[in-house]
This record gives sequence, structure tokens and C-alpha cells, in this order.
Amino acid sequence: MIKNILNLGDAAVYCDFGKEVNQSINSNVISYFTHLQELVKEKNIEGITNLTPSYNKLIISFDLSITSYEKIRKILETLKIKKNNQQDSKKIKIPVCCDEEFALDLISLSKKLKVSSNKILELYLNREYFCYMTGFIAGMPFLGDIDKNIRVERLQTPRVKVPKGSVGITEQFCNIYTFESPGGWNIIGNTPLKVFDKLNLSNPSLIKPGDHLSFYKISKQEYVNWNE
Amino acid sequence: MSNTYFEILRPGTNSSIQDKGRNHLYHIGITLSGAMDQRIFSISNAMVNNNVTEGAIEFAYQGPLLKLKNGRANVVITGNVVFNILRKNSIIEEGKCFQNHLLEEEDQIDIIFTKDSVFGYLAVEGGFKIEKVWGSYSVNTKAKIGPNNGEKFSTGEKIYINKSEVNNFVKRKVEYKKSLVTTIRTTKGTNFDYFSQEAKNKFFNEEYQVTKLSDRMGMRLEGPKLENIVNTNIKSEGLVKGVIQVPADGNPIIMFSDHGSIGGYPKIAVVITADHDKASQLMPGSKIKFKEVNLDEAESLFKTYSENTKSYLEKIK
Repeated sequence: MIKNILNLGDAAVYCDFGKEVNQSINSNVISYFTHLQELVKEKNIEGITNLTPSYNKLIISFDLSITSYEKIRKILETLKIKKNNQQDSKKIKIPVCCDEEFALDLISLSKKLKVSSNKILELYLNREYFCYMTGFIAGMPFLGDIDKNIRVERLQTPRVKVPKGSVGITEQFCNIYTFESPGGWNIIGNTPLKVFDKLNLSNPSLIKPGDHLSFYKISKQEYVNWNE
Repeated sequence: MSNTYFEILRPGTNSSIQDKGRNHLYHIGITLSGAMDQRIFSISNAMVNNNVTEGAIEFAYQGPLLKLKNGRANVVITGNVVFNILRKNSIIEEGKCFQNHLLEEEDQIDIIFTKDSVFGYLAVEGGFKIEKVWGSYSVNTKAKIGPNNGEKFSTGEKIYINKSEVNNFVKRKVEYKKSLVTTIRTTKGTNFDYFSQEAKNKFFNEEYQVTKLSDRMGMRLEGPKLENIVNTNIKSEGLVKGVIQVPADGNPIIMFSDHGSIGGYPKIAVVITADHDKASQLMPGSKIKFKEVNLDEAESLFKTYSENTKSYLEKIK
């Protein structure tokens, strides 16, 4: 399933699963990620310090004083991966308020796409998404794929501060800003849900690669009362 | 229980607790963190009888001014650091790096600046009384992760020390040889062929200057622009410490300990592990050159680096 294995520097293995970004390739990435994570947890593999799955790549970082690129590459070649069983992945429903004060880019998107704001939200909400990866900032999920009729480029000038909880879209993807952060995605709402909780040490990230998500609309009042 | 602490009279601009760093969390976007110069961080701990996994205070440029309260402490500063010890009786002693000092109650340690370098470390015997977060003492102030709620130190804050008394103070000294070489060795990056032949030649033959836009996340360089002939963006994918990304403007950026877990710029090269410490100490304005090595060479250079670190640590015992 891995198309190409390279070294990324002297302390990481770069596994390429294919050029495209789609669920089938990403599922392969996640199968390897999950399998290797088990091996690391059960101490059946030495020296791995981090596993970073993304759309179509998996990067395996390791401690060069314990193992090496060649050793890990050999393990990968003999590894028998079981297809990721769907029981591990969750279905998560995310409340989102799309009132004007939260949907910072909805009006400009409507003009750009020549699709009404209501139609954009309808297409966005009536769909199940797949989590390709989490990262960039802690817990940020990269979800897809959004409806073909609402795909747009990033903002020309990224925002210096995107509010925490913002949900954004760009190209075939949507995401959630788990922290206030700089960013260039088109913001169409905000969730009051704690997607990343750094005080929950054992399980800080609600959403994991491979999970299925959907968004549902809530009112401003429900938003305000959510964490009470 | 020890009630000994440092009162922070001046936090300095970039002071935080660091250690070896945090692992197994890249997949949820939590990066490595940890001391930028791992070797002199380890030496600082060893010099005050600590395990090398204890947390130490890392500072850059201007360091903190600290006052010791309710006890005595065995401290050391590693790096190329100008600092003074202000004794309780108003005597000022010039501090010496890589030598431990016995601080008495009410003594102050004034870390003035890091000379011709960026990072320095202060370790104290017994370590600081801090809770680990996800297995590490390291603070990532950008992502607000780690002890102290991921925040920088602030004036008036207290940093408690695990020990309140120093028994059998033994004077120690390490002759530390700072690397003067400004060649940074790299292996080819996974997008090396995204760059024109001319860009490849420039990257390995011409000089780059470290800019002021450099911190624990990354080091931005300026020099001959690197022409990308394939695509200036890639599908976002994992990053590791040492990766050199080249965004559309053609200027390379070296990723350091607090880098984002994923990124979408092509990777022209990766700094070898043996040169991470050295690269992190380059001040803005420094001129550097990159040299290409293959994986075998990188691995053997790491072996030499580890052996050198080990020999420093063994001499301290």
C-alpha cells in the first residue's frame, strides 16, 4: 500500500501512499498509523518517537541513538497491516452557529460562488465528513470532502487571528480552529464544543484521523448556553 | 517539603522551562518542544548532579534576573552567557559558564545576555518543582502547552526548587569547546527535485543570512532566491525538526523545536541531527552555508556527536 519510502533527514521515514487526496488512500495511511501506534504502545518496536499521518503520507520519527532509517524501512516491508477496522472510528456531531457574527466570510463567499448563503450552509450541513488528519495546531481536524459547488481558494490575505471554534472551508476540505490562530480558511460558523481540551490529559483531542463527522446548526442562544 | 524558590525579578524575553521534549503527540498537532541546544542542556543538568531529563530554564538573548529565597542552591549556567551573581552583601561576582555556583539565601543571579549565540541554560541541583505535562516539563508558549499553563515566566512569579539545602558542594568545571563552524550539513529533502538546477547549486554553494524572524519555531534565512519549477505548495504533510521548507518567496526556513506538526511547503533539505544544536545557536545576521551529506554520513556524524556529548557527561561524574 505504501508507494514509496524515503528518508526525511536522518531521523524520520517518509512513507508516500500516492499522489491523490482521497478517502481510500487516507484510510491506508490511517491503517499503517494505527498499526504502528499499537506496536509502539505494546513496546514491540523500538525507538519510534512520533507518527504523523496526513492526507497521503505517514512520517515516522525516531530516536537515532536507538534505531535507524534502514531498520524501520525493513520492518515496514514485512509488516502485515490489517485494514483499519471501522469500529475504532467514531461518528461525531458538531454543533455550529452560523449567525453573521460567527460566519465571517459567508457573505463574501456567496458573492464569489454565486450561491446564496442559505444554499452554502445547506450544502455544508447536509453531509458527512471524514477526518483525514489532525494537526498544524493542537487538535485541528482536516475534514473532507465538501460539496463541489462550495469549493474555494484560501483567503487572499490570511487573518492574523481566527477566533477559537471557527469552522472554515477551503478547496475540498473543512476544518475547526481549536485555538485562536492565524489562518486563511473561509469562516462560515463557530462551534462552542471543546474539540481540544488540554486539561484532559488522557484524551485531549475529540476528533481523530478516520473519524466521521457531521455539523448541525444551533441558534445563538444555544451557542451561548452550550458550556453552562 | 522544600519551600525554596527563585523569585523572578525580571523574566527576560524568551525564558521558559525545557527538557528533552515531548513525544508521541505529533498526530494530534502537539509538537516536540524541548531544549534548542540539547547538548549544553544535558551538560547543565549533569553539572549539578541531576538526571539529564530534569527541566532547566532556557533563555535567549536577555535572560532572567532571579532571587533565591528560603534556602541554598547549587546552580550552573551553560552556554556563552554573560551573567553576574549579586551577593546578599552587595558584592558582585562575575559569573562563569560551565562552572557551578553555590547560591545563598537572598543572592541574585542576573543573566545579562547570550554572547555570539542565542540560547543558554540554568540548571539547579534537585531540579525545579514542576508538574510534567504529557511526559515533559517543556513549555510551548505559542501553543500554550506545558506546565505553567504554557505561559512564559512573568515578573514576581516563583519557581520552586525540589531541594532547599546543598550538602557537599563540589566545585565543577567543564572545558566546553564551542563549535565555530558555520557550515550546516543537510541531507536532500523529499522535494529536492522541485527546485531548478540553478537553485540546487545556489543552495549548496552560496551564503544565507539568518534573519531576525527566528525563534523556537523556526529560523528564516535570506539569500539567493530558490526557484521552484514544480509547485510552490504541496499537500500538507508532517514536519520534523531540521526540515528546511521553501515557501513561494524562495527564502528557506529551518524548522526548530516548536514547529507546527504539519506544513505545506516543499522541503529542499533537512539539517542532520548532529547539527541541530549548532544551527539553533546562530544569531540573526550570521552567514551560513549548507553542505550536502548522504544518509550514511549523517548517521556517522550523529555517532560522533553522541560520543562527544557522552564524553562531556562522563568527565563530569
